[in-house]
Amino acid sequence: MKQSLLAALIAAQAERRAVSLALRLGDGAAFLLPGDPAPEAVIQEAADMRAADRTGTVEIGGESWFIESRNPPPRLILIGAVHISQPLVQIAAAMGFETIIVDPRRAFATDDRFPGTRLMTDWPDDALDQLRPDGRTAIVTLTHDPKLDDPALERALRSDAFYLGSLGSRKTHASRLQRLAEAGFDDTALARIHGPVGLDIAAVTAPEIALSIIAQIVAARRMPARRARAAA
Amino acid sequence: MNDSENILAIAQAWHEAGEHVAIATVTQTWGSSPRPAGSRMAVTKSGKIAGSVSGGCIEGAVANEALETLASRAGKMLDFGITDERAWEVGLACGGKVKVFVEPVI
Repeated sequence: MKQSLLAALIAAQAERRAVSLALRLGDGAAFLLPGDPAPEAVIQEAADMRAADRTGTVEIGGESWFIESRNPPPRLILIGAVHISQPLVQIAAAMGFETIIVDPRRAFATDDRFPGTRLMTDWPDDALDQLRPDGRTAIVTLTHDPKLDDPALERALRSDAFYLGSLGSRKTHASRLQRLAEAGFDDTALARIHGPVGLDIAAVTAPEIALSIIAQIVAARRMPARRARAAA
Repeated sequence: MNDSENILAIAQAWHEAGEHVAIATVTQTWGSSPRPAGSRMAVTKSGKIAGSVSGGCIEGAVANEALETLASRAGKMLDFGITDERAWEVGLACGGKVKVFVEPVI
């Protein structure tokens, strides 16, 4: 790999630009896409694979190509700079997520508590309007406070976020769903919210709860591809 | 990105520090091979290793082949799997098959 290509791939990643690396296996010629003058069919296939976040070897025009999709990291937006958020940020980083914490309570959202993590002290609905969650974003509300969680969930339910989770007991969650139903969300919409949040691993401590939440997020992210393979 | 480990950035940092660096990339897998296509490993002539291309089964062989590309200055495709003659030495215990492209950073 040429040093210049290596540098370009790393620059794209730093700028959160989605790119593909296309390698013609016959002669080892490498193309950075979009941009480099690869055959049109390769440019198209790379764009399709990038959209599906797929990487692999494909046959195009009688030649073998390795096409690697390099999408920006998925995002995790946490509503609440609470205790559980601390281990959650660490485990999410290990899973390759970029985490953003939203909490207007300035006593909670401090750099001391969350070194190196992006903190927003806007109200959750304003923050989500700015962050514009997409299909590569997971959102978890952790405050238990309807004043903070509900506006976030209302925005989140109108987004394409691939995962929505809400911390709280069954009782808390039931009343949350009732409030959101009164706000006009139907059962299909409300079924998107994982609550009580996390896989049931009988978690007790904050790191264990964080682990159960991340496990559920990973499942939500990876399970569709497995189901598609199983169906094919 | 397939995982949080940024192997290309590590390779670049090593290269800039004056090391001779080679990169191995999984390009195709069959069966139950442990790491998906796009998984990477970087190695240096001085013996540094980052990342992986399997569950530890073939890393040694891949590292040796990758370092040989530093001399040839050309990329090379490696095949590993139960049908490969090297299976006796460096096979995949899981029974999977994997293709790995090794190349120098030049």
